[in-house]
Amino acid sequence: MAASIVRKCSTCFSIGRQLISLYPMSRRLQTSSSNNEYLADIVISGGGMVGAAMACALGHEELLKHKRVILLEAAPKREFKLPETFSNRTCTLSLATIKLLNSFGAWEEIQKMRCHPVHRMQVWDSCSNSLITFNQEEMTQELAFVAENDVILEGITRRLDAVKDNVEVWYKTKGKQYIIPGGDSSEDNSWITIHLDNGKKIKTKLLIGADGFKSTVRDASKLHFVTWDYKQTAVVATLCVSETENTVAWQRFLPTGPIAMLPLSRSVSNLIWTTTPENAKYLLQVEEERFVDAVNDAFWHDRDMNSVAVNVGNFLTNISNNLMQGDTSTRQLPPTVTGIQAGSRASFPLGLTHSSNYVRSRVALIGDAAHRCHPLAGQGVNLGFGDVTCLRDVLTKAVYDGSDLGSLSYLVDYETQRQRKVLPVIGTIDFLQRLYNTNFTPIVLLRSVGLQATNTLTFLKERIIKEATA
Amino acid sequence: MAAVKLVSRRCMIGSIRKGLANAIQNNTANILHHFEWKNTNAVLTTKSQIYRCLSTISAERPVVRTTIDEEELRKFVLLSQQWWDEQGEFEALHALNRLRIPFVRDGLLNQRGIPPLDITQPLAGFSVLDVGSGGGLLAEPLARLGAHVVGIDAVGENIKIAHIHLQQDTMIAGKVKYIEATAEDMVVTEEEKFDAVVVSEVAEHVTDLSHFIESCCRLVKPGGSIFITTLNKTQAAYFLGVLMAERVLHLVPAGTHDWNKFIPPVDLQYLLDKNGFVTRLVHGMFYNFLGKKWSWIQNTSINYAVHAVKIDSTKSQTSERKFKNDSIST
Ligand SMILES: Cc1cc2nc3c(=O)[nH]c(=O)nc-3n(C[C@H](O)[C@H](O)[C@H](O)COP(=O)(O)OP(=O)(O)OC[C@H]3O[C@@H](n4cnc5c(N)ncnc54)[C@H](O)[C@@H]3O)c2cc1C
Repeated sequence: MAASIVRKCSTCFSIGRQLISLYPMSRRLQTSSSNNEYLADIVISGGGMVGAAMACALGHEELLKHKRVILLEAAPKREFKLPETFSNRTCTLSLATIKLLNSFGAWEEIQKMRCHPVHRMQVWDSCSNSLITFNQEEMTQELAFVAENDVILEGITRRLDAVKDNVEVWYKTKGKQYIIPGGDSSEDNSWITIHLDNGKKIKTKLLIGADGFKSTVRDASKLHFVTWDYKQTAVVATLCVSETENTVAWQRFLPTGPIAMLPLSRSVSNLIWTTTPENAKYLLQVEEERFVDAVNDAFWHDRDMNSVAVNVGNFLTNISNNLMQGDTSTRQLPPTVTGIQAGSRASFPLGLTHSSNYVRSRVALIGDAAHRCHPLAGQGVNLGFGDVTCLRDVLTKAVYDGSDLGSLSYLVDYETQRQRKVLPVIGTIDFLQRLYNTNFTPIVLLRSVGLQATNTLTFLKERIIKEATA
Repeated sequence: MAAVKLVSRRCMIGSIRKGLANAIQNNTANILHHFEWKNTNAVLTTKSQIYRCLSTISAERPVVRTTIDEEELRKFVLLSQQWWDEQGEFEALHALNRLRIPFVRDGLLNQRGIPPLDITQPLAGFSVLDVGSGGGLLAEPLARLGAHVVGIDAVGENIKIAHIHLQQDTMIAGKVKYIEATAEDMVVTEEEKFDAVVVSEVAEHVTDLSHFIESCCRLVKPGGSIFITTLNKTQAAYFLGVLMAERVLHLVPAGTHDWNKFIPPVDLQYLLDKNGFVTRLVHGMFYNFLGKKWSWIQNTSINYAVHAVKIDSTKSQTSERKFKNDSIST
């Protein structure tokens, strides 16, 4: 009796074999399922720069080519045409980010549109003369590139078209409700169910939350997070500058917050000025001429100079110059701002949000959904792209090991690796922003010594450059 | 027909134990088929009945769905969730996949010596028997890698649990078959049918090891592989595998393991040798209780894995091929 059943087993096995030929068909079956229910392997909620890059990276991965990826974006699809004027929203892209964008061809697309190299960064303090500069030996090597957010997103979107067989982008579609097993829901299926605002429903093995710092995926996953408001506002604008090369990124620490100028072209730079909400309000209202004066003043004035710190700083510079011959990190003067692109002023509130966990079973958070930091070091989006690289690699490994894509075991690897990178960066940025948000003498003294020392310790700077570009 | 030899897989949960007792009572002649869920003790008699059940396996909508007792189904769904909870009772087994899946994958690929045509389906074309398939923790990943997997378990409930979970993933549902049977049963019809037989965390539970290994070995095609992971018979294994795991840390229910049944690697190699196998690799495995992660180690005194290849008398040179296993880096 038992034997006869087992004998049949070879029969059923041959049925199993025939089924491989049905494999592509079973995919189609999933797509055209009835009553508005769709099946996916991975759903990414949020098609900002980070979410779009995630979809693109997964779509171009050989090992994931049979996986169905759906990207949900609340905004409609835009028909992009490169405008003549520059946008006021830009990002400094680190070399690591460029490597990621290169891996799916988006960097080439961005270069075809426009972006600008940064050869040197100069950071200095308004309360003392202390300064730190970053550049690789010859000024010919790029440290980073500055590109407009719109251009970056367009570059990625173009490369999404190349993988539209397995990556679908659903524009004007919002995740309304996420049912995540293990929560209050009593759904017996262990996959995640997403109810969309258009009445459709998706079941997926893995949900990636890339829906920005007010992430609803994070809320639905009941992931704990910390958040605080810096009570600071960032004022952005597109500036015209008198420069010949314009390949230096400038950042000066004022007691009210850092002011930064990022090169966009030979004669145009982007301004990110962190200041008090009151001052921001004033800056947005004043006539453009007065605004330009205010910017120049912020980069040049020496009203905040603290005599003790200046003296100590000069003393230290002398010593270190005597000790270390040939230190070429001389102070350069920032370019004069000559005008502002009409109507390019805008402001954003600043805050810090950090999710204590980036993952749970079948869920992963990336980009601002996991961590939002102060724009002080221009790290925000680079950290997000770092998440993309890491999560892509972890998921590829999971697939090569035959694991379910939502397996916590692999997702935890992503969380561990990323938190090891992100926490020190966020911590440092938060510390810096507190450190510089004062003109209290002992602290000014401390930081002038800090910057000065860091500037002369070449090996330390090289480490920082390496970290930022690795 | 011999009585059930294959005893409960490690970490069995209470209700499964009861099922096991039943299964032993009923002896293997009463092979329950997992598609006749309503009546657990049903014996399939007519050939057509059997065929219908088998052929519905990967149909879009299993016919049997309609005949499932709702309450019973819910029970099995719950049990299946317990099996598949990565942080639940079977956490250590889930974590072990990070070692044993690459171990089987790389072992098979290296043995064949030809790189896979489709990297997304590296095990396409391989037929694998998972002995003691439990909830399907090992069978599903192997199927995802392209293998055709038959999972056998002596406990009827496990077969249902595994089947319920399998149905969730349509991409692999057609590639896995679960059968309530023992390795000894399979030999009757499936001798030398499988490219690989995987015996993971099972051997330490059987009463007649020599007969069990012999059966497993007979199921392997000439030139095919057997992969075994189990516990060594050392003081350390007693201390960690029984005392710590069962009594102190409660990683697995008390009584899961009987130290007397643990197997020294030399004994296992001797048995494999006797059955015409050449051992390719013996490697230690270590479970970090705190990090909940397994890693490869040199030392085989607690847990270890063995890969052995059946000598193919038609091709003698296979045994001399240099062996390399990518999954192991200590
Ligand atoms: C003033 C300012 C200056 C900055 N400057 C820099 C800089 O120089 N360098 C740098 O690296 N970073 C900078 N940042 C940070 C950077 O902009 C962010 O880190 C980055 O935009 C985060 O991208 P994201 O894709 O994670 O989130 P977002 O850009 O917030 O994208 C979220 C997307 O999700 C969509 N969405 C939301 N909810 C849903 C839903 N339910 N369903 C579907 N879609 C949804 C939204 O439409 C949106 O497109 C700056 C930030 C600010 C405020």
